[in-house]
Amino acid sequence: MLTLKDLGKACLIALWFVVLTFPLMVIKVNPIDRIITWRWHNMLWVGLGSFLCYLAGRIWLARRDVRLRRIRQGLAEEKPPLSRRILQNPAIWRPLLAAGVLFFLAFPALFSTYQTNIMITALMYVVLGLGLNIVVGVAGLLDLGYVAFYAVGAYAYALLNLHFGLGFWTVLPIGGLLAATFGILLGFPVLRLRGDYLAIVTLGFGEIIRLILENWNEFSHGPSGISNIPRPGLFGIQMSLDQSITYLYYLMIGMVTFTIFVVNRLQNSRIGRAWFALREDEIACQAMGIDKTRTKLTAFALGATWAGMVGVIFAAKTTFVNPASFTFLESAIILCIVVLGGMGSIVGVIIAALVLILLPEYLRAFSEYRMLVFGAVLVVMMVFRPQGIVANIRKTYQVEEK
Amino acid sequence: MDYFVELFFSGLTRGSIYALIALGYTMVYGIIGLINFAHGEIYMIGAFTALIVSTVLSIMGFPLPAIIILTALAAAIWASAYGYTVEKLAYRPLRNAPRLSPLISAIGMSMFLQNYVLLAQTPDFLPFPALIPDFAFMERFAGVIGSSDLVILITTTVIMILLTLLIKFTRTGKAMRATAQDRTMAMLVGINVDHVISVTFILGSALAAIGGMLIASHIGQINFYIGFIAGIKAFTAAVLGGIGSIPGAVLGSFILGLTESFATGYVSSDYEDVFAFSLLVLILIFRPSGLLGKATIEKV
Repeated sequence: MLTLKDLGKACLIALWFVVLTFPLMVIKVNPIDRIITWRWHNMLWVGLGSFLCYLAGRIWLARRDVRLRRIRQGLAEEKPPLSRRILQNPAIWRPLLAAGVLFFLAFPALFSTYQTNIMITALMYVVLGLGLNIVVGVAGLLDLGYVAFYAVGAYAYALLNLHFGLGFWTVLPIGGLLAATFGILLGFPVLRLRGDYLAIVTLGFGEIIRLILENWNEFSHGPSGISNIPRPGLFGIQMSLDQSITYLYYLMIGMVTFTIFVVNRLQNSRIGRAWFALREDEIACQAMGIDKTRTKLTAFALGATWAGMVGVIFAAKTTFVNPASFTFLESAIILCIVVLGGMGSIVGVIIAALVLILLPEYLRAFSEYRMLVFGAVLVVMMVFRPQGIVANIRKTYQVEEK
Repeated sequence: MDYFVELFFSGLTRGSIYALIALGYTMVYGIIGLINFAHGEIYMIGAFTALIVSTVLSIMGFPLPAIIILTALAAAIWASAYGYTVEKLAYRPLRNAPRLSPLISAIGMSMFLQNYVLLAQTPDFLPFPALIPDFAFMERFAGVIGSSDLVILITTTVIMILLTLLIKFTRTGKAMRATAQDRTMAMLVGINVDHVISVTFILGSALAAIGGMLIASHIGQINFYIGFIAGIKAFTAAVLGGIGSIPGAVLGSFILGLTESFATGYVSSDYEDVFAFSLLVLILIFRPSGLLGKATIEKV
């Protein structure tokens, strides 16, 4: 399968990367003390890594070509991907779903408070991922400032509680609405334009929100943030820390279920299909009489609503908010979840969120490589598997001939 | 009045650096219609390469003029190599993919390069040696315009004139303009479009690297994160001038540089970055095609 030519090419590529990364990987300088550190061993790693990566990519492509050729010649049948085979066979997915539900319901009883806490965070990212999925995956609008809406929700709870003493349950819908309002205000000028402007404006907006929170001390208490935010209450019952974490966990489970239900219903609704259509072809969509701006705004505002609500929960969970929690990296992680999971695919986004949040927690040794890997995941997924790990199954209709 | 003039020149300096970066954005956008998010990172890598090479050379005892020239060459060459590689790895396979795919890939590349430098070098700020000496004849302008401001202004002006000549009169420049106008048509008349796109990335990256080296030596410190903000600002400048238009990018950069300089000088420096972003949002609302750009009508 691998020819000598491939090996030669791999060597050349390895050499190219060794030269390319030479100044940054090998030399490390200290300009003050005028010391140079040479790290020659890094050359070996870069060379070996790029050599193997190239060969792996080569083999993958060769195998795909062979498979495609066999299908074309009628020697093999086109096999649907594993995820689809599972999802389309009730005998497999029903027990899996039941086991999953049982596992998540029993989680706080099986594991320690620490684990439960991590799981709450992962579930929050599931909801955030599903929310951003409406915007990026379904409607095809690249929103890079999603974290801004998350911040709006978190600060809404922190500030409304601080100044007016409003409770968690009152602020939860308010936070969502407020985030939606911000979404509409921001989306209104931008959504009329081409998609790529939206990406950069939302990126700028996310930064503006963070900078304002950091610098406007009278309003947001600046970089030190707001502390002593109460946890969510349950009819005024006093709870210990463990109990309140368990309570928050079930609250999050409820939230995830609610989100899945709503997002699922939305996707198959009139507006959901308009989003899909808009993503595929704007011009054709307008010709069919769909109001482009309004449809996009709805997607944008609905996506923001989830971020706002999770923001409120985030503030209640950590009992402390500061601007450092709402950097661009946060938006990038959520985007990574959507891309890895598969745009528009609910199951995929849930799996991706759990994997991307839980894996770094348990592989602490590699946690410094987290963002590097996330960046690589975005590129690799786009190049090799743009539909994500679990491709979205669109409703298809068949006309039967009589 | 002196304060005003000082702000004016510092605005011009800022503007000319933005212009060096914005040109890369605008050329790439003009040719393949992609916002190259990783461009800011190329600028950062250029600055880092410059820091490493200049420190090594100065420890080895090279004279200052040689250090400056060799550093600029090394920064431009390595940054171009990065730009070329990024295009080949992350954008070329996606050339016919839906619009969203290359954008996401570009974001991923930007994150990857940022963290690559963070891990390979350091998360802290590194001091950058002042490469440009204080000229004796500039002393009478002290407090108004410094030597490095002067050097930056002259260098960028020369580079821009050279770039304009290259695009207007050389074969490569003509091929670039043809590809920007209509890629399919350019292919039909025998232009190697892949080659033209590579050249565009190489040129843009080299300009960004020179910009990175100049500004790092002017400000005196760098870290892995400088490319992010600089990238957004240069993009703002490119949009302000009309994305895809080369004179537009330069004009937009100077307007942005001056606006920022005066706004931080007279209003408040806490919100330095907010001014640029707000300017971007305002342009997009009132004149999305930019100052010198043409409004395009999408045809089916």
